[in-house]
Amino acid sequence: MMKLWQFHGGVHLNGYKELSCDVPIAPAHIPQYLILPLQQHIGEPTKPVVKVGDKVLKGQIIAECRMQDCSMLMSAPIHASSSGTVVSIETHHVPHPSGLKASCIIIETDGEDRWIDLQPITNYETLSSEVVRGYVAKAGIVGLGGAGFPSHIKLRPGDIEILIINGAECEPYITCDDRLMREYPQDIIAGAQILRHILGDIKQCFIGVEDNKPQAYDALLQAARGQNIEVIKVPTLYPTGGERQLIKVLTNKEIGRGQLPADKGIIVHNIETTRAVYRAVTQGKPLISRVVTITGDGIKTPSNLEVLLGTPMNALIEQCGKTSSATKLIMGGTMMGLSLPTDEMPVVKTTNCLLSLTNQEASQSNPVMPCIRCGACASACPINLLPQQLYWYVKAKDFEKVQDYALFDCIECGCCSYVCPSHIPLISYYRYAKAEIRAQQTEKQKSDIARQRHEFKKFRLEREKAEKAARHREKIATPSEGKKSVIKEAMEKMKAKAKNK
Amino acid sequence: MIAAPYLHENASISRTMGLVMLALFPATVLGLYQFGWPAILLFTTTVLAAIVAEYFCLKVAGKIAKPFLLDGSAILTGWLLAMTLPPWAPWWIGILGAFLAIVVGKHVFGGLGQNLFNPAMVARVALLISFPFEMTLFTQPNPFFSVYNLSFNDSLDIFLGYPIPDAFTSATVLDFYKAELSQGISALQIKTDSLTQLLWGNTSGSLGETSALLIVLGGLFLIYKRVITWHIPVAMLGTLTLLASVLFWFDPNSYMSPVTHLLSGAVLLGAFFIATDLVTSPVSTRGQLIFGAGCGLLVLVIRTFGNYPEGVAFAVLLMNGFTPLIDHYFKPRIYGRDRKGQPLSNEP
Repeated sequence: MMKLWQFHGGVHLNGYKELSCDVPIAPAHIPQYLILPLQQHIGEPTKPVVKVGDKVLKGQIIAECRMQDCSMLMSAPIHASSSGTVVSIETHHVPHPSGLKASCIIIETDGEDRWIDLQPITNYETLSSEVVRGYVAKAGIVGLGGAGFPSHIKLRPGDIEILIINGAECEPYITCDDRLMREYPQDIIAGAQILRHILGDIKQCFIGVEDNKPQAYDALLQAARGQNIEVIKVPTLYPTGGERQLIKVLTNKEIGRGQLPADKGIIVHNIETTRAVYRAVTQGKPLISRVVTITGDGIKTPSNLEVLLGTPMNALIEQCGKTSSATKLIMGGTMMGLSLPTDEMPVVKTTNCLLSLTNQEASQSNPVMPCIRCGACASACPINLLPQQLYWYVKAKDFEKVQDYALFDCIECGCCSYVCPSHIPLISYYRYAKAEIRAQQTEKQKSDIARQRHEFKKFRLEREKAEKAARHREKIATPSEGKKSVIKEAMEKMKAKAKNK
Repeated sequence: MIAAPYLHENASISRTMGLVMLALFPATVLGLYQFGWPAILLFTTTVLAAIVAEYFCLKVAGKIAKPFLLDGSAILTGWLLAMTLPPWAPWWIGILGAFLAIVVGKHVFGGLGQNLFNPAMVARVALLISFPFEMTLFTQPNPFFSVYNLSFNDSLDIFLGYPIPDAFTSATVLDFYKAELSQGISALQIKTDSLTQLLWGNTSGSLGETSALLIVLGGLFLIYKRVITWHIPVAMLGTLTLLASVLFWFDPNSYMSPVTHLLSGAVLLGAFFIATDLVTSPVSTRGQLIFGAGCGLLVLVIRTFGNYPEGVAFAVLLMNGFTPLIDHYFKPRIYGRDRKGQPLSNEP
């Protein structure tokens, strides 16, 4: 048994995973229209390389990074997830916290689902890590756990010693990784080996699985036999699935703010990301689909579906059946999920779960009471912050103090809000403060630049004035040769006139 | 709920307060049983007065009264205050105390969660200083069904302010020690209530503080239910025991034994129910240890060297004053940072 460590706090949650964890992954229907946002990852948006009216095949790149070589850029190309015709490139609702529309390529599918010529690699071991990494970049793979960080950036060469595959899946309701681990353990292990090959000199490779998923654990254990990969059961405690929390549990290392796990020689990849890497390299298939858990009391038959990216959410909900009491749609889990204003949005690379809650589930509208300083939030905080002090200072709009209390270390996991007996929406306060501070900083930068410009302009005008004056003085003090002669002539003329008189 | 998290733990202020009341229940019932009708009348009056005072303050402050009245915090304040009053104190002590606690102790600071000092202790200390006679007149136990028990009519007289007959009054253990020691009698010679009496609570003292056993049981229940943590009680009782042991070892003739220190007066009630008040105690565990140790030290100092035989209320209030400072200086180490709050270095 490997020794495990603990992070501070955390909460034991009712997982509600039994709703969907025993439902095998099934393919979702091909929708009539696919809506593919140009940005489905953290970093630079892509630019379309197709025009309206173009015929596209499944797996064809339709939007590319702004630089030719994707592998160096914080971006990931977008592929057509089924064959059909590009009918429009326009702004559309997308699942994003801002609630704003974003540019999307819309494809009308032809139902044939015809692939491009796939070019699988059978012997990646013989290729250099740089080449294999290029395949990952070209396949448009990003962190599928929810962050959407371009995976090839995380695979850049460096002194990486520990590779961790994150199979904790600690958010309530979500079961897509659980199903993948149960049904495709070989693919995941093979994917992990590819990641190892790319990263080079990996000393240890762990797969961390929360102990509420015993079948997934067993399946992986079986598949990992003789592969030099350790499958580790970690205690079920939210938010163990957080990258930094899992690192702490498995290695006792802490990644400071402003640092990346790579700075400590650690890389963490999600289960589904690992499978996507496997598919991209050994089958040549780019990231055009992912498993989405569709669940909640608002869904008649909770399911895990293999969904083509760009499939409208309402099509999926229709496929699984919606109960009349469904009132709220969330992308993600109940702790960190994003509340969606409409279901007319596409599934994107980071959509791991569609959660439809009923009034009963979602309407715990207890009145917000004053903070009684009970400290439940502080005991629950996995970062060991003092949420009640943060709340106090956010309320007072004392943003300097808020930063002294390390507001920006907050990972917004929601533990504090979850346990608060006064039902204070703490996380909302922190988001507000973060946005406010960022706005102030941008504002300050702007005004700094404006001031600098203004001061420079003032300086320039002064300088010009001074130069002008100097020139003037110089002119008076040192008349030029030409002028001297003119003056001399004039003087002589005057003298001559005087003589003549 | 608009933003995540969308689900919530089954926790609320009223649940927390309810658990504290549940923990107080056995000790309270025992107190009411053994001090009879006057105690029941005083207890009820104090709690009711606390609710009335709360309603009054909420109205004046223009807040919506219902959720605050239902949260149970005012009831608990009245309840805790009543536990620390002499059981046969007249009605106006209870009413004045409740108003002092709620108005001066709580709402003057801004209401629930805003107060710096423990409201019940603010009231108790104000009463003790203003009405030293009424606040130090204790009675011997006179439980129901015993020959000493007072009839309801006689009890009503006591409650309404009729002087308590001398036959019923009795000094508390701490009073007794203080008086005897001041006359130069060796602490080893002082004969007072037995340990069993102190454990079970058939001794004279404040309404709810007499039974060491039931109070500790209630306190353990609170720790088990995670309403409080062990840090403050252990630090407070540990410090008191340690220092009292040193003094006792040094000169057993002049100093009370640590056992008597622990089992008499309000120390246990204070350690589990009063010093641990969520609003007025530090948040971090290190802060709580310091706070508890400070309470223990002050209790010993006041009891041993001060004028008052008991010092729990003063000790807790003094330490309450330090709470913001303790919270400021003893913050927990943040993930990825060192104790000073600086980010950890890049060295693996």
